[in-house]
Amino acid sequence: MSHDNISDDKLPEAHAASEGHGLPAVADDPFADPGLPAHEPRRTDIDERAAKRAERQVSLMFVTSMLATVGFIASYVAIKPDKLVYIFPLGHVSALNFALGMTLAVALFCIGAGAVHWARTLMSDVEMPAERHPIEADDEVRADVIQQFKTGAAESGFGRRKMIRNTMIGSMAMVPLAGVVLLRDLGPLPEKKLDHTGWIEATPAAPIRLVNMNTDEPMKAEDIAVGSLTFAKPGPSASRPNGLQDSDEDFQQAIAKDALMLIRIQPEDLKDEKSKNLGFEGVLAYSKICTHVGCPISLYEQQTHHALCPCHQSTFDLSDGARVIFGPAGHPLPQLKITTDTEGYLVATQDFTVPVGPSFWERSA
Amino acid sequence: MSSSPSTTPPAAPASTRAKPANKGEAAADYLDGRLGIYSLAKANLRKIFPDHWSFMLGEICLYTFVIIILTGVYLTLFFKPSMGEVVYNGSYAPLDGIRMSEAYASTLNISFEVRGGLLIRQIHHWAAIVFVAAMFVHMMRVFFTGAFRKPREINWVFGFLLLCLGFFDGFMGYSLPDDLLSGTGIRFMEGAVLAVPLVGTYIQMFLFGGEFPGTDIIPRFFTIHVLLIPGVMLGLLVAHLILVFYHKHTQWGGPGKTEKNVVGMPLMPVYMAKAGGFFFLVFGIIAMMSAVASVNPVWAYGPYRPDQVSTDAQPDWYMGFAEGLIRVMPGWEVRAWGHTLNLGVFIPLMLFPLVLVLIAAYPFIEGWIIGDKREHHILDRPRNVPVRTGLGAAWITLYVVLLIGGGNDLIATHFHLSLNDITYFVRVGSFVLPIAVFYITKRWCLGLQRRDKEKVLHGRETGVIKRLPHGEFIEVHAQLPQGALHTLTSHEQPQPLELPSEVDENGVARKVGLLTKTRAKLSEGYFGEGGQIPKPTVEEHQEITSGHGHH
Repeated sequence: MSHDNISDDKLPEAHAASEGHGLPAVADDPFADPGLPAHEPRRTDIDERAAKRAERQVSLMFVTSMLATVGFIASYVAIKPDKLVYIFPLGHVSALNFALGMTLAVALFCIGAGAVHWARTLMSDVEMPAERHPIEADDEVRADVIQQFKTGAAESGFGRRKMIRNTMIGSMAMVPLAGVVLLRDLGPLPEKKLDHTGWIEATPAAPIRLVNMNTDEPMKAEDIAVGSLTFAKPGPSASRPNGLQDSDEDFQQAIAKDALMLIRIQPEDLKDEKSKNLGFEGVLAYSKICTHVGCPISLYEQQTHHALCPCHQSTFDLSDGARVIFGPAGHPLPQLKITTDTEGYLVATQDFTVPVGPSFWERSA
Repeated sequence: MSSSPSTTPPAAPASTRAKPANKGEAAADYLDGRLGIYSLAKANLRKIFPDHWSFMLGEICLYTFVIIILTGVYLTLFFKPSMGEVVYNGSYAPLDGIRMSEAYASTLNISFEVRGGLLIRQIHHWAAIVFVAAMFVHMMRVFFTGAFRKPREINWVFGFLLLCLGFFDGFMGYSLPDDLLSGTGIRFMEGAVLAVPLVGTYIQMFLFGGEFPGTDIIPRFFTIHVLLIPGVMLGLLVAHLILVFYHKHTQWGGPGKTEKNVVGMPLMPVYMAKAGGFFFLVFGIIAMMSAVASVNPVWAYGPYRPDQVSTDAQPDWYMGFAEGLIRVMPGWEVRAWGHTLNLGVFIPLMLFPLVLVLIAAYPFIEGWIIGDKREHHILDRPRNVPVRTGLGAAWITLYVVLLIGGGNDLIATHFHLSLNDITYFVRVGSFVLPIAVFYITKRWCLGLQRRDKEKVLHGRETGVIKRLPHGEFIEVHAQLPQGALHTLTSHEQPQPLELPSEVDENGVARKVGLLTKTRAKLSEGYFGEGGQIPKPTVEEHQEITSGHGHH
């Protein structure tokens, strides 16, 4: 070890030389490897009382672990799953989860702490070198292996009998096709499935009412207040006499495309003539499914008429044909043409004119 | 006791082994006669491992993987991977009477009725989060110290594959409960798949067994999550560890340490106790996290419905950079000839693997530039390879910037910033910041190299102020001990490749390929004047220590 009280500038060189721990001093190369430093004994190596103390500490940790396991079993038996308990600073938490977790944590951690403490204080910490051998084989082995391979290859006649080789490669290449073909029934072909929604059943002769998602009631234009946001789904139709209900077997699939956002904007605030004509007295029905990757849009700013997708923040101006004004969406939200039936309820008389949701290769709109 | 020469014709050689001293030896002999355990143990029982805190990062990965398997098996005993609809009437009152999938209902059951089920679920999820994080940090350790160099390049690739598979298995795992948040993640995946040109809609239909969401995706994810990916990962993991044993661990340079040895302590008993104990430490800490910190409280989100969503919809952290890519990408769509090319989604989808492959391919690129065919077992100090360190820091920067983009809504609400500004910042920052960080890191490394050089040549500051006869004050510097001098000077400093002269000795123009020229340029960047500070030479040291100048 070097000392700090250097009295002469020339001293360090002598020091450096004395660092070798028995190795001959390398006077001409101060950077030479002095070899492994000598082992410095720990307190537990030389003081038996310290070693005994360490032994007791390790055992104490193992005993603590045992007690914690008993505590785990006791908690499992004694605490009801629905019991809540106030623990600072966590607040009200499940008592069972907390007790089981903490006892398990102590039981496991103490085993680990005991083992590591044992290794660090009582097991030998003498560092020793082990030789490394090159990973690659020497030339003789290499030549031998290559020769063996050549012999094997020659005996198989793989290179010589080309017909066998070619047909074997052919058969091996073809047999995986069986596995590929088997994947065909994973699902149907896309066909035109993504182009239409459940609203396709709506015709001028048989319109489908827009039904409030929460109340399951049809709506009139005056039910939609300016500045409000209402979610709607298809009402009764030929194939669904009760309208789309969440008890329907294919509800999830249907609502993933049919869900609507209804808003009402003063007609003079509407910037897009085409969008205005698709609506009814300022009531506009947009697809709720974001055109980016399909999240349902659910944030609406009534003053700016902006709708924001909470997933990736695509922002649409609903007063301007749901034009994308920010974010990663690539095209406007599709708008459903609506009108009213003879009783004054809002209805759709046709499907969306473009596919709803994220775009895809076959999308032509 | 050696067997006496037999009178019967020589059959199979009989054992010449001495009688075992006790039952333990007898049992070992029995196994050795059938499994050959002595030869295996001879090489490994007292195998030397070097000691450094950073070498335990890989252990954390291994142990969390084991924890995930243990808890995962327990969860499969109760989880029902089915999208069949049920009406919930379990003990969680707020969801009473609500329609949901069996997957979600059984997750609620695990969380509220199975005693300890919530704990195991949370340990499973926390361990998964720590697993990916530990793989990441472990990979960075290997990267910055150059531990990926020959002969370990292929083990680097194994590790990289484990990281990628960890990403996907994590994603599928948190998708299984079929809650509102995870369903939104699956919907995102559907949108991403649809953006693939030509085959997107086909993949979507085949993956989901029809239109989104269908009833197949959860059971299919389940099989992939619990069988396919873990099976592959287990194989890779075993291969990874076998190679670690076979190559022997890398070590830091220093006195007594060479490329031809490994200095440390033996597997038995020190590392059995330390590494074995560390498994329990990791398990204990994750159990404690699961006792006090809730993760993925699916009951709070409710069952998945495609027309509902909650705000702050975030994936687990490791998918965050992919989320950032998808959020900040402008919504470019090309429509022509009746088709749509959704670049706004497709480009991020392609950048996601590209960002990862960049780091995976690095060892091969660096190996090609340097052209070094030797084995390396002594680790590089990051400062001694400034360009590599800079590139690594740039990559991390890109990752972090994209992570910020992926959490732009959270950052906007927590720090009261404009969401739009954050997005614009990420768009610019993901190009500019990695470059800036590269230069800063590289110069920083060069600065540290200069400091090392100064310490070697002039010694360390002692804090002792000395007044010279003519009144000048100087601080006395003390020479470093030889061990430290050796540590600071023993690294290699490769020289840049030199292109052969443009004409050969006969004056005929020599053709130098573009690839060779590029390689020489890159090599100059790595090891040229701007790439490293020449380390002190013995002559420089002797000149200074022989009496001229004293600080």
